[in-house]
Amino acid sequence: MSKSATTGGRIVERRRASGRAVIMNIHEYQGKQLFAKAGVKVLAGVHCRSVEQALAAYDSLGSKVVAVKSQIHAGGRGKGTLYDVESGEIVMEGGVKIAFSREDVKTYAANILGRRLVTKQTGSEGKIVSNLYVESGCDIAHEYYLALLVDREAKSVLIMASTEGGMDIEEVAETTPEAIHKVWVKPDSGLLDSQKTELGTALGLSGTSLESFVGMIGSLYDVFVDNDCSMVEINPLVRDAAGEMVALDAKVGFDDNASFRHPEWAGMRDLSEEEPTEIRAKAAGLSYVKLDGEIGCLVNGAGLAMATMDVIQLYGGEPANFLDIGGGADEATIREAFKIILEDPNVKGILVNIFGGIQRCDIVANAVLETSAAIGLDVPLVIRLSGTNFEEGRAIVDASNLDCHSVETLAEGAKAIVELIGGEA
Amino acid sequence: MAIWIGEDAKLLIQGITGSQGSFHGEKMIEYGTDVVGGVTPGKGGQTIELAGETIAVYNTMVEAIEATDADASVIYVPPRFAAAAIMEAADAFDRLKGEGVVVCITEGIPTLDMVKAVAFVDERSGIRLIGPNCPGIITPGENGGSKIGIMPGHIHAKGRIGVISKSGTLTYEAVAQTMSISEGQSTCIGIGGDPVNGTGFIDCLEAFEADPQTVAVVLIGEIGGTAEEDAAAWAADNMNKPIVGFVAGSSAPPGKRMGHAGAIISGGKGTAAEKFAAFEAAGIHIARDPSEIGEVLRQALTEAGLL
Repeated sequence: MSKSATTGGRIVERRRASGRAVIMNIHEYQGKQLFAKAGVKVLAGVHCRSVEQALAAYDSLGSKVVAVKSQIHAGGRGKGTLYDVESGEIVMEGGVKIAFSREDVKTYAANILGRRLVTKQTGSEGKIVSNLYVESGCDIAHEYYLALLVDREAKSVLIMASTEGGMDIEEVAETTPEAIHKVWVKPDSGLLDSQKTELGTALGLSGTSLESFVGMIGSLYDVFVDNDCSMVEINPLVRDAAGEMVALDAKVGFDDNASFRHPEWAGMRDLSEEEPTEIRAKAAGLSYVKLDGEIGCLVNGAGLAMATMDVIQLYGGEPANFLDIGGGADEATIREAFKIILEDPNVKGILVNIFGGIQRCDIVANAVLETSAAIGLDVPLVIRLSGTNFEEGRAIVDASNLDCHSVETLAEGAKAIVELIGGEA
Repeated sequence: MAIWIGEDAKLLIQGITGSQGSFHGEKMIEYGTDVVGGVTPGKGGQTIELAGETIAVYNTMVEAIEATDADASVIYVPPRFAAAAIMEAADAFDRLKGEGVVVCITEGIPTLDMVKAVAFVDERSGIRLIGPNCPGIITPGENGGSKIGIMPGHIHAKGRIGVISKSGTLTYEAVAQTMSISEGQSTCIGIGGDPVNGTGFIDCLEAFEADPQTVAVVLIGEIGGTAEEDAAAWAADNMNKPIVGFVAGSSAPPGKRMGHAGAIISGGKGTAAEKFAAFEAAGIHIARDPSEIGEVLRQALTEAGLL
C-alpha cells in the first residue's frame, strides 16, 4: 500500500489527525517585538543566549537596574525554581530577577542559562532555559492584568482586564470575580472606542493614563487579529510613574490553523520548547500526547481516543498516551504510530481501538500485526475493531500467531488489557 | 419527521471536484442522498460522474440553488477557503430561499475565520450551520435516507433516537450502541470539536424535543468549555424526553490538549467530572463507559414507559 489508500477506485487523501489544531507559543521577547511594532509601549530589552551577551546587553541598555528574565513557554517563571541539570540541586529561587549591578547580571545569567526551570505550569520535569531577556528597569505606580482570547461560548474575541495585576488571575476569578472587567468584540465592527474607554474607566484610569490605555488596547486588538492569536496575556500591565501604560510581560500564542498565512511564524518557532515525540507524531499526521500510565492506546478520532483512555482508567488501568491516527490513515502512518507508542519505556501493554468510518479495519489490522512481528513485540496487544471492514480485520487478527487478542467492544478491550498486564480488572 | 434534514433533502456539494468532495459525494449518493449538484469556482458548466450519476457543477452557490432549488449544502473545501464557502452558502440560501442548512466538514479552519463566519450566519435567521470539523448530519430512511457528511452510512437505521455529539468516531460508537438494543436513529448530528462552531447542543435538544419521531436523545460531550453544563441546565427546564449522556476526557490531565482544539481543561474548568455532575443534576441518565450507552438507554426508555 502506498501513501494513499484506494477505496472504490478513488484516491482518498489522508485526513489529518484532529490534533493539528494547536496553539503555537512564542517567547516573551518575541511577543514584545510584535507589541513594539504595533505601537504598544514596552521597555527596552535585549534577547541573549549567553552570560557574555547578557553583560553586553546590560552595558548597552544604560539602565542601572535591569530585569534578567528566563525565556520559556510557561508561566509562573518569577516564582519558579532553577535546578542544576546534572546534580538536580537547587541553583536559585526565581526565574526572573532584578539586577542592581553588572555583577548581579553576571550571577543571575549564569544561574539561569542551561538550568532546569520548574514552575507550577511546567510540571515537575521543568524546562531547560536557553534564552534570556535583559530588560531596562521601570518605575511602577500600579500593576494591572490584561488578556485577549477567543470566548468559545460568546463566539467572539473577549478582552479581560483587572486592577489585580501580578496576581494569579484564576485566583482573582475565583475570589473576586467582580474585579475582572470584560468586553466582547463583534468581528464586523471591531473594538469600539466606547469599549476602550469603558474598560480603561473600569480600571480607574483617567487623564494621561486613560489616553495611554485607549491607544494601547486598540493596538493590542490589532496585534491579536493581524497575527491570528489564540491568546495575548499581559500580567502585569503597568502604569509607570509618568502615567503611561507599559507591557511588562507578554504571553502570546498563535492559532496553528492559521499558519498557512503566516510564513513568518517558521522563524519564531522554538522547537526545543516542544515535546520531540509530539513533533514527530505531528509530522506523520498523528496527534499524540504522552501521559504517565502503562497502557498504550492507538485510536481513530480524538473523542474516541479520550473515551478509550477513560475506560482504561475506569477498569483500573492508566493510559500511557493519547493517540489519534485521524481518518483514513495508511499502513505507513499506523506503523509510525505503533513505534511511537512502543518507544515509551513505561508501556506494558497496548490497546488498539478502531471504529472504522473512512478508516478500514483490515488496513489497521495488517499494519499493526506487521509492525508487531517486525519489532518482536513483547507486550500484550488487544485489538478492538468495529465499523468498516471489521470482519476482514478480525479475521486477520484471529489468523495471526502473535500474542494478540481480538475483542468486540471497548469495555471488553479495556478489561482484557488491564488483566493482561496484571492490573485489577 | 427527523430534524432539519428530511430523508429526501436536496443537497449541493461545495468542493465537489476535489478529492474529498468527490469521494464522499459517491458515498453519499450510494447511501441514498439526493445530490442535485456541486460547486467549484471556475468549473461551472462541467459535469462529474459519481456512483453512476451525472452531477452538474456550478461556479457559485447562487447559480446552483437557482438551478436546483437545493435545501442544504455540504462543504469539503480546504481550510483556507472554508469560511468564505460557509458565508457564500449562507448568503445564497438567505437571499434565494430565506432558509438552508450548511454543513461544514473541513477541519483546521483558523478560529478567527470562524468567529467571522458564525457572526455572518447568525445575522441570517433562516440559515443553520453545522460544524466545522464534524462528521456531518444523517437522517436514516426506510430505504437509504439522507447522509450529509463522512459518517459510515451502513451502521445507521431509521428509528426514534436522536444522537448529538462533538466527536466523530465516538458518534459512531453511540449509534452502534443504540443499534445494540435494536433502536434506530431519527437524526444524528456531529456538531464538531472546534472552539467556535455553528449549531450547539441546545439547538439540537430543542429540535429533538419538538420532533414527533424522536422519543429520546443520546448526547456525547467532551472536556473543555461549558457547552455540556449549559445544555444540561437548559434540558432540566425544557426537556421532557429522556437524555442519555456521556462525556469523553475523564482521564485527561489539565493543560494538555486532547486532539480537538476545544478539548482542554484550563484553569480547572471544563472537566469531565463537572460535566457528569451537571448531567446528573439535570436528570440526564449517565453512562461512564460508552459501551454502556445502549444499556443505559434501554433503562431510560423503560422508565419512560417507551419499552
